[in-house]
Amino acid sequence: MWDYTEKVREHFLNPRNVGDIPDADAVGEVGSLACGDALKLYIKLDDAKERIVDAKFQTFGCASAIASSSALTEIIKGKTLDEALATTNQEIADFLGGLPEEKMHCSVMGQEALEVAIAKYRGGPVPTHHDHGHEEVEPGEIVCKCFGLTDTFLKKVIAANKLTTAEQVTHFTKAGGACGGCIPKIKELISEVLGAQPTEERKKPEKLTNLRKMQLIQETLEKEIRPLLWADGGDLELVDISGSEVQIAFRKACAGCASSGNTAKFVELKLRDLVADDIVVQEVEG
Amino acid sequence: MKEIYMDNNATTKVDEAVFEEMRPYFCDLYGNPSSMHFFGGQVQKKVDEARNRVANLLGASPEEIVFTACGTESDNAAIRSAIEVHPERRHIITTRVEHPAVLTLCRNLSKRGYRVTELNVDGEGRLDLNELRAAVDEDTAIVSVMWANNETGVVFPIEEVGKIVKEKGKGAFFHTDAVQAVGKIPINMAASTVDMLSISGHKLHAPKGIGVLYVRKGVPFRPFMVGGHQEHNRRAGTENTAAIIALGKACELAGQWMEDENTRVKAMRDRLQTTLLELIPRSRINGGQAERLPNTLSIAFEFVEGEAILMLLSEKGICASSGSACTSGSLEPSHVLRAMGVPFTCAHGSIRFSLSRFNTDEDIETIIRELPPVVRRLREMSPFGREFLNA
Repeated sequence: MWDYTEKVREHFLNPRNVGDIPDADAVGEVGSLACGDALKLYIKLDDAKERIVDAKFQTFGCASAIASSSALTEIIKGKTLDEALATTNQEIADFLGGLPEEKMHCSVMGQEALEVAIAKYRGGPVPTHHDHGHEEVEPGEIVCKCFGLTDTFLKKVIAANKLTTAEQVTHFTKAGGACGGCIPKIKELISEVLGAQPTEERKKPEKLTNLRKMQLIQETLEKEIRPLLWADGGDLELVDISGSEVQIAFRKACAGCASSGNTAKFVELKLRDLVADDIVVQEVEG
Repeated sequence: MKEIYMDNNATTKVDEAVFEEMRPYFCDLYGNPSSMHFFGGQVQKKVDEARNRVANLLGASPEEIVFTACGTESDNAAIRSAIEVHPERRHIITTRVEHPAVLTLCRNLSKRGYRVTELNVDGEGRLDLNELRAAVDEDTAIVSVMWANNETGVVFPIEEVGKIVKEKGKGAFFHTDAVQAVGKIPINMAASTVDMLSISGHKLHAPKGIGVLYVRKGVPFRPFMVGGHQEHNRRAGTENTAAIIALGKACELAGQWMEDENTRVKAMRDRLQTTLLELIPRSRINGGQAERLPNTLSIAFEFVEGEAILMLLSEKGICASSGSACTSGSLEPSHVLRAMGVPFTCAHGSIRFSLSRFNTDEDIETIIRELPPVVRRLREMSPFGREFLNA
């Protein structure tokens, strides 16, 4: 059973703003029966056509999809269109006290519906999401054919939510969740987005105390090495440090991987490069 | 709130009589059956009795029973043994609707160079025996086909499958995952073509953590759990004696309750099925035209999603299961329903009720009363459901 917060349960059991607005100013629709979830969002504006005075929804989907839709309508009521457009999927999740990572795509669906509704109202290009088929297509190359998701959309979600693994991208967008054929491409997009962020070049310190050496080893493993392993579904755990000997245990996909010896070598080289030349990495069972 | 438990294909309640049978073997009679003293010997006798009871339910000999930890271990032991016995054979046959215990192992083996054929099923979840006939050859090490499907309850023609395997496989082993079938439908291994068969205790009112692998006398076997000499060198490790004793009692009781399962329980399932189809438009039975287990009902409701139905039912104290994607965290609906070609419109809204001898007519009446308003409420909330209701 999912570990839903009390607020998710409450918004699922007693969703706010269910229904339609017959004379809505804007309607945004995303998702489909095939996808397993869909949201139709109705927005009514004030007389000045600037501020949202009412929002209603219809949702086909699981408990968190319904709760996310309910939360979205509560968040955007009273906001101007520009304020509403700035709503992120994380805000929807936060409003609900959090969502299981596997269900984050429900919050993204809410954000998507809002974008579509406002884009249609303003007459600009309408972003395309999932396989719901809008007339105007967001520029970009389709990466996930199963769910019809473009590289532009995926890069946006990766950057906004600071996603580092293909699995996380699947949880947030569904991309890669069906046939899995696009997972290598998703990994490339993650590297592209992460690579685009400015990173400070780290230099190996000239002299280290024992304590500082241990701290630096831990820091390098956490910041430089583990994120790279996560991207391939793997992980490692630091077991012990004795002088220059670093004992690690591989976890997840790295555990029992045929090439874990190469990975251990890579960890050693990286630590030698960033911490000290004499480091020896040893793989242990732990 | 009275709890109505209809998720017995996931796990069952431990029968009180089963629990009482196992109780003394924790704190009082805790000897190791391998010990040479009287204290272990009395436990060994009880383990032997349990082995006899399991064998009786299966129509097998006691020496053909190997106690394991679970159905998954039994499935793994059977398939891994077969490929070790036949190292020259590189072909494995299974079905697209197997439990992950078999399917995941076979897919992992395919990455290690094995040729794996996954047999298709039709829209009702039935096997095409001609496809099997065409697939089996002398390169086939093992054919693993489940006896009954856990999601739909569809029963496969195991003896016909076995005949084909023996005729065309020329030495290929035949294994069946009978986790859902044992205790629900009659099984007689003495008259069967099955070489190896898997059981899980917690599916028939024994505790979790105990399983059985039946290995036909004369079938060569290579254990993947090695160590001590327990289970005649077929499964090392100190026996889980209390659970083994419980499973023996559960098997004895299952034999006694088999008629009830196929009459009263089946009648309750049929009443639930017929009434829900009548009360809820655009609903359908998954595998409804096939032979099915007497306790299982997989029913699909269009335009709504399974997890939402389950959670609203749970609020009413009703425990069922779903074939929808969202309950599992995956994004595709159940691989069984997809293999059957169940349309997405139905697959996402599929619910499984699996009954046991502990269910009552009152339980059925409660579900019949509570479920239709739940589906209607979710349809009113769903853009597709509203279109349908307005039409």
